[in-house]
Amino acid sequence: MTPAAATPRAYLRAQSRWSPIEIAFWLATLTSYLFFPDYLSLGSQIAIAALFALSLDLILGYAGIVSLGHAAFFGTGAYAAGLFSKYVWGEPFSGLLIGGAAAALIGYASSLIIARFRHLTRIMLTLGIGLLLAEVANSAHDITGGSDGLQGMRIWPLLGFFKFDLYGKVAYGYALIVLFAVFVLARRLIHSPFGLALRGIRENWVRMPAIGASRASHIRKIYTISAGIAGIAGAVLAQTTQTVSLEAIGFGRSADVLVMLVLGGAGRLYGGIIGAIIFMVARDQFSGVAPQYWYFWIGLLLIGVVTLMPNGILGGLSALQARWRGR
Amino acid sequence: MFGPVAGVLFDGFAYGMLLFVLSVGLSVTLGLMNFVNLAHCAFAMLGGYVAVLVTNELGWPFFAALPLAFIGAAAVSVLLERTLYRRLYRASDLDQVLLTIGIVFVSVAVAAYLFGTTQQPVDVPAYLRGSISFAGVRFASYRLFLIVVALLIAVMLVLGLEHTRFGAQVRAAVDNQRMAAGLGINVELVFAVAFALGSGLAGLGGALAVEVVGLDPYFGFTYLIFVLIVVSVGGLGSIAGTFAAAALIGIVDIAGKYYAPELGAFLIYLVMVAVLMWRPAGLIGRRQ
Amino acid sequence: MTPALSTRGLCKSFGLLEVAREIDITLPQGARYALIGPNGAGKTTLINLMTGMLAPSAGTIRLNDEDITALTPQDRVRRGLTRTFQINTLFPALNALEAVTLAVCERRGVAGNFWSRLSGASDAVDEAHEILRTLRLADCCYQPTRELPYGRQRLLEIALALATRPKVLLLDEPAAGVPQAESGEIFEAVAALSGSIAILFIEHDMHVVFRFATHIIVMVAGAVFAEGPPQAIAEDARVREVYLGTRRHG
Repeated sequence: MTPAAATPRAYLRAQSRWSPIEIAFWLATLTSYLFFPDYLSLGSQIAIAALFALSLDLILGYAGIVSLGHAAFFGTGAYAAGLFSKYVWGEPFSGLLIGGAAAALIGYASSLIIARFRHLTRIMLTLGIGLLLAEVANSAHDITGGSDGLQGMRIWPLLGFFKFDLYGKVAYGYALIVLFAVFVLARRLIHSPFGLALRGIRENWVRMPAIGASRASHIRKIYTISAGIAGIAGAVLAQTTQTVSLEAIGFGRSADVLVMLVLGGAGRLYGGIIGAIIFMVARDQFSGVAPQYWYFWIGLLLIGVVTLMPNGILGGLSALQARWRGR
Repeated sequence: MFGPVAGVLFDGFAYGMLLFVLSVGLSVTLGLMNFVNLAHCAFAMLGGYVAVLVTNELGWPFFAALPLAFIGAAAVSVLLERTLYRRLYRASDLDQVLLTIGIVFVSVAVAAYLFGTTQQPVDVPAYLRGSISFAGVRFASYRLFLIVVALLIAVMLVLGLEHTRFGAQVRAAVDNQRMAAGLGINVELVFAVAFALGSGLAGLGGALAVEVVGLDPYFGFTYLIFVLIVVSVGGLGSIAGTFAAAALIGIVDIAGKYYAPELGAFLIYLVMVAVLMWRPAGLIGRRQ
Repeated sequence: MTPALSTRGLCKSFGLLEVAREIDITLPQGARYALIGPNGAGKTTLINLMTGMLAPSAGTIRLNDEDITALTPQDRVRRGLTRTFQINTLFPALNALEAVTLAVCERRGVAGNFWSRLSGASDAVDEAHEILRTLRLADCCYQPTRELPYGRQRLLEIALALATRPKVLLLDEPAAGVPQAESGEIFEAVAALSGSIAILFIEHDMHVVFRFATHIIVMVAGAVFAEGPPQAIAEDARVREVYLGTRRHG
């Protein structure tokens, strides 16, 4: 609800302002130390998943690119950071950068392939690239450890002082800080001219060249950035668990992150985070039970979301809000 | 003399023929409806379990199980199409992907609940279990059977498409949906029937697959990837394309496993990415 | 004087189907040309060829004496050749301000900036708002495009095109589907366009054509059938036969 008298600049500024709910949300994440001290390991897993989902949101929610192989970048980042700590040195922040850079490189190479295509062809290419990289990780088991997982990682204490402990206290803080820092950057990207261009690509593929836009160049850029962020998430996973397994790069992880994002609502920046919280908490609850039950409810949930709430939870909430305001 | 090569080619081609039966339904419905149905292999799994039930529990002959697998899968597909699929015909790719993946998830759970998570065998007649020797090469009878069945289905499909009125309607709707509707063709009915036929074929493929690759609740996922590869490499809506792609993928996969096992599934994924980059609409595809 | 846009021997066929045959068109600077012809004559196809959405089978296209035949559609837009679409091809979830700002940012080459704030790109935003104001879209510029009435959306089509600062503007039935009562606003907008822009517009309404065009090109079955000043075309018996029917216009 914007008054028509607002100037264009004021309108755009209002769009990008931090709302009180947002600030409250981020402050609330810190309270986990107080309210959920036994669940901090889960908390860091959630933060990692949220960061991964955020990276997918950039290409899916904002540029409209459906990817069934995004774990390729997550896994690349994880293995890169893991191998870096094993063979070079174990300082965490530099490991993050290495993981992000390696994933961004693979992302850029992939973008050269997928930028020209659409629809099923593009979906299949993302799937194919993901499966290819998973196979590489599997085959190169001398380097990656294969199905036994990467062994021998040595992560130094954060800032030389905070050792990663068994209770996950440092891990949670680390994952949360990385999530927040990247989130702020992603938020800035969304509210930049580039963010507008991405939405333009999503909204009308054909119109973009007709206004002088170089679609392929925009897609390559966001794909690379998204891959880099996914890689950072993977690196955090590697560093906080001190190992990397094949499931970090497998199809299951690609499917899970897609479900998380859709559950929360794509294209709303917070959708991935909300979806990650709900998905990971639910899965933790199901962890004692046979996997069939998990599949059943997730399947039902997907069917429900698609038929009843196509824009996810955040979409449903904003529709309710619009109706309540009487538009 | 030709031993290993002929054997590998034969096994690969037979595997390809199985992939053909599994994939051809998806290719036609994708080309016809542009609906990304990732639950296609769940219908195949259904057909497989029907065959298992019919031959093991009911003790009926294998050749009775095959049409029942077809019918069972087709019937369930009609139910799902009427209730869920038709709401999403105009929805985005993503929504269709998610709905159908959700259906696969549910199918995994239901299959595991009903049949347990172990592999299920199907009771195949003894004469199909042996092998025939020719020119010094052993040809497994079941694989010969697969090839024959697949070729029969391919011929029937091509004849059906070219020489029946329904086939002409399907071809018209694949080519130009709006125009076909404008000509008075009941496009919705064509979809529904074609979808049922396609899913029925998947069920048949599933029943045939049990003896060769086994059956477990994860079948819907495991073979989805292969089927998707065949369909996108072959081209949507093309029977000839699916046939060629299935044969190619089958042979590449078996040859890869025989000659370069350390490569794993790498080869097929590479083939798919390479073909799609060269011809995005598939080997014999139409849509750009 | 160099023509703003010209095509020489432009041909396009899909297999045996010829949709464009040896089309030679010269659009002078500041032109107000109309392109008319029966349905299926290939008018939109010609625009698709000129803008690069379709690759010709033969022939060349020159924009201000530069050969653009091999250029991508976006490069042509950057050199000043813009078109509008017959069916609204807009950004449904973006509002008019965002859409036009995007077009302005693309023109200024800043659309790739992911570091700066959109609200900080004030020049681009102001320019976009000004374009919307001149087309009388400023009061609804914060509403999502999908919520705008059809006539407003047609005006937004033109706004997007203007944001690219075209030297040559190809309008594909600018008032298509707009009820008679509202189409006047669209044509006023077209009439108000700068004289430095060369305009070629496809139109079916003969009243509009005779009111705005200084030169008419008639296309039939993929080829240029006749061209000339409006009066000459109106009186051309062959044109009447193939397109205008026997009623008189003028």
